[in-house]
Amino acid sequence: MNLSIALVIAIPLVGAAILALVPGYRISAAGNVLAMLATFAAGVSLIFAPKGASDYFILDEVNILFIILNTLVGLTTSVFSASYIGHEIETGKLTPTLVRFYHAMFLGMMGAMNLALTANNIGLLWVGLELATLITVVMVGIYRTPAAIEAAWKYFILGSVGISLAFFGTILIYLAGQAALGEGLPAMTWSKLLESAAQLDPALVNLAFVFLLVGYGTKIGLAPMHAWLPDAHSEGPTPISAVLSGLLLNIALYALLRFKMIAAANPGAINPGPILVVMGLVSLIFAAFMLYMRRDIKRLFAYSSIEHMGLITFAFGMGGPLANFAGLLHMAMHSLTKSAIFFAVGHVAQAKGTQRMEDIRGLSVSHPGLAIGLAAGVIAIAGLPPFGVFMSEFLILTTTFARQPWLAVLVAFGLLVGFGALLWRLQEMIFGEPSEPSHKVEASYAPLLVHLALVLMAGLYLPGPVVTWFTRAAELLK
Amino acid sequence: MFAAYDIAHLLAGLMLVTGFAMLYQDRISAVLTTFAVQAILLSCAVAWQAVAQNRPHLFITAALALGLKGLVIPYALRRMVLKLGMHREVEQVVGVAKAFILGLCLTALSFMLVLRVTVKADVFTREGLAMALAIILIALLMMITRRNAVTQIVGFMSLENGLILAATGARGMPLVVEVSVAFSVLIALFVFGVFVFRIRERFDSVDIEALDQVRGDQR
Repeated sequence: MNLSIALVIAIPLVGAAILALVPGYRISAAGNVLAMLATFAAGVSLIFAPKGASDYFILDEVNILFIILNTLVGLTTSVFSASYIGHEIETGKLTPTLVRFYHAMFLGMMGAMNLALTANNIGLLWVGLELATLITVVMVGIYRTPAAIEAAWKYFILGSVGISLAFFGTILIYLAGQAALGEGLPAMTWSKLLESAAQLDPALVNLAFVFLLVGYGTKIGLAPMHAWLPDAHSEGPTPISAVLSGLLLNIALYALLRFKMIAAANPGAINPGPILVVMGLVSLIFAAFMLYMRRDIKRLFAYSSIEHMGLITFAFGMGGPLANFAGLLHMAMHSLTKSAIFFAVGHVAQAKGTQRMEDIRGLSVSHPGLAIGLAAGVIAIAGLPPFGVFMSEFLILTTTFARQPWLAVLVAFGLLVGFGALLWRLQEMIFGEPSEPSHKVEASYAPLLVHLALVLMAGLYLPGPVVTWFTRAAELLK
Repeated sequence: MFAAYDIAHLLAGLMLVTGFAMLYQDRISAVLTTFAVQAILLSCAVAWQAVAQNRPHLFITAALALGLKGLVIPYALRRMVLKLGMHREVEQVVGVAKAFILGLCLTALSFMLVLRVTVKADVFTREGLAMALAIILIALLMMITRRNAVTQIVGFMSLENGLILAATGARGMPLVVEVSVAFSVLIALFVFGVFVFRIRERFDSVDIEALDQVRGDQR
C-alpha cells in the first residue's frame, strides 16, 4: 500500500476525528475545506503513484479517475457547504452542535468513499460503501423535520436491504473464487478473481451477479429500486444532495462495474451487458417522464440524476472502448454539472425560503447571479452545446447508433423527453414577476463557476492527456 | 452416522424455525424474545463452525453475536418498548396464514436455487447457504409485513443474522469481513436508535404508517 492511497483515506478520517472536537462552526467549516484540499492534493498525486494491486488495495486508471473526481467535488462542496451552513445557522434551522457533527460526518463520508474506491478486497469495498451510506442516512435526517425523518428512514431501510443483498452476492463470489483460488484472502481479492475469472463456476457467478445488481443497483438509483433517492435528495441539506448525486451514486456504479468485469470475463456466465442496457434504458425513460410531475425543485434534479445514472449504466452495458469512454466521460460531466446545479439550487431555496417550484418565480430579476448559474447548469445538464454533457451524450448516441440503431432511437427519445421538462421548469423559475419572499443570500459562486468552467472546457476542447487517460480507463473496463 | 455438518444444519434449521416464529408473533416483546433466541442459535452455529473448520477467530464473531444481538440489543429494545408503552399488538399488513405460505415458498425457492447452483461445493457449504438465504428472505418478508418501526429493526437484524451465517459457512472467508459485519450492526443500532428516538419525538408513536402521510411532492 503506497503513501498516496494511505493519505487519500487517512486525511479525511483524521480530519473527521479532529472536527468532532472543534466547537465553533466557522473554524470547523474552514477546517473542512482545508482537509478536503489536502485530500484533493493527495488524490491528484495518485496520478504519479505506481499502479498495481496488493492484497487489500488497488490502483489503476479507472479508480484514479474516480478518486480525483470524488475529491474534487468533495472539495468544492465543502466550500459551498461553508456558506450554506452559515445561512442555516443564522435562520436557526441547524444548531451549532449539529453543525459540528455535520462537518465531522462529511469528512468521514469522504474517507469511506475513498476506501471503497481504492479497495481491492471485495469485502473492504462493501464496508466502505456501507459506511458511506450509513453516514449519508444520518445527514439526510439532520433537519429532524417529519419529512426529513421519513426520507432518512426510507433511505435507511431500502439502502440497508440493498447493501445486504450485495453482501450476499459478495459471499457467493467468494465461494466461486474459493473453488478456483483456494481458501482465504486470494478468493476475496478482486484482481486475482479477475485473472482467474474463466475458471470460476459460471452458475455461482450468475447468481452472485443478480444479487450484486439488485444490491448495488439500489444504491445507483436504477428504476425500480430508486424509491429512496428523490426523498433523500430533497429533505437533506443541499450540500449532501450534491454529494449524493455527484459522488455516492458513482461509487455504487463503480462497485457494480468491478463485478461486471468479472462476470464478463467468464465465458460460461450470462453476459451482464444486455442486463445493464435494459435497466439503464428503463431508468432513463421512466425518470424522463417523471420529471414533468415534480413540484419540488430538489426532487426535480433528483429524478434527473436517475435519468443520467440510467444513461451511464446503459453506456457501460453497451461496452467496448468507445461506449465505455463515453460512459466515463458522461459520468464525470454529470457529477460536475449536477453538483453545480445543487449549489445554485441550495442558494435559490434559501433566497426564496421554499423548495416549491411554483413559489420560485422571476429569479432573473431578484437574483440575477443565481439565475445565470442555475440556467447555465440546467442548459448543460439538458445536453445543449457547447457544454461537455452534450459531447458525452452525443458520443453515447453515435456509438449506439452504429451498433444498435433501435436502442439509439429509444435513448434519444428519453433524452428529448427529459430535455423538455427541464427547460420548461427552468424558464418558469427564471422569468416573470419575482415572487415573494425574497431574501438576500451571500452566495459563494466559486464552486459553481469552477464546475461549469470545467464542463464548458470539456465541451469545447479535451486536452490530449485527459483523452489518453480516459481511453486507457475505458480499455481496462473492457 | 454423526457428521460435523449434521450439527451445523441442525442449528441453521433451528434459526430458520425462529425466523418463521417471528412471522406470526403479534406482540413486540414476543418478537424480541424470538429474535434473541435466533441470535443465540447463530452464536452456537458460528462457534460450531469455528470448531469444525478449525478457525478459532470465528469465536470472536460468535461472542459478538451472543453478547450484542442475543443479550444487549433485545434488552435495550425491550426497555425502550416498555418505556414508550407500546408492548401491545403489532398491526400486520398480511395475515398470518398468508405470511406463512409466502415464507414456505421463499424457503423452497432458496433451496431449489442454491442447491442447483452449488453442485460442486461441499455439503457443509451448500445446505448452510440455502438455509441462510431462506433466513434472509424471510427476514425481508417480515420487514414488509410489519408496520412497526421496532419490528422493522428486528427484521433487519434477523437479515444480518442470515448474512453472518452465510459468511461463516463459507470456508476460510477472511476475518476482516466478519468483524466489519459486526461493526456495521453496531452502527446500524446507533442509527436505528437515533431514528426511533426521533420518530417518537415527532409523532408520539413508532408506527411507520404515521410517516407515510408526509410526502415531499404533495406539499
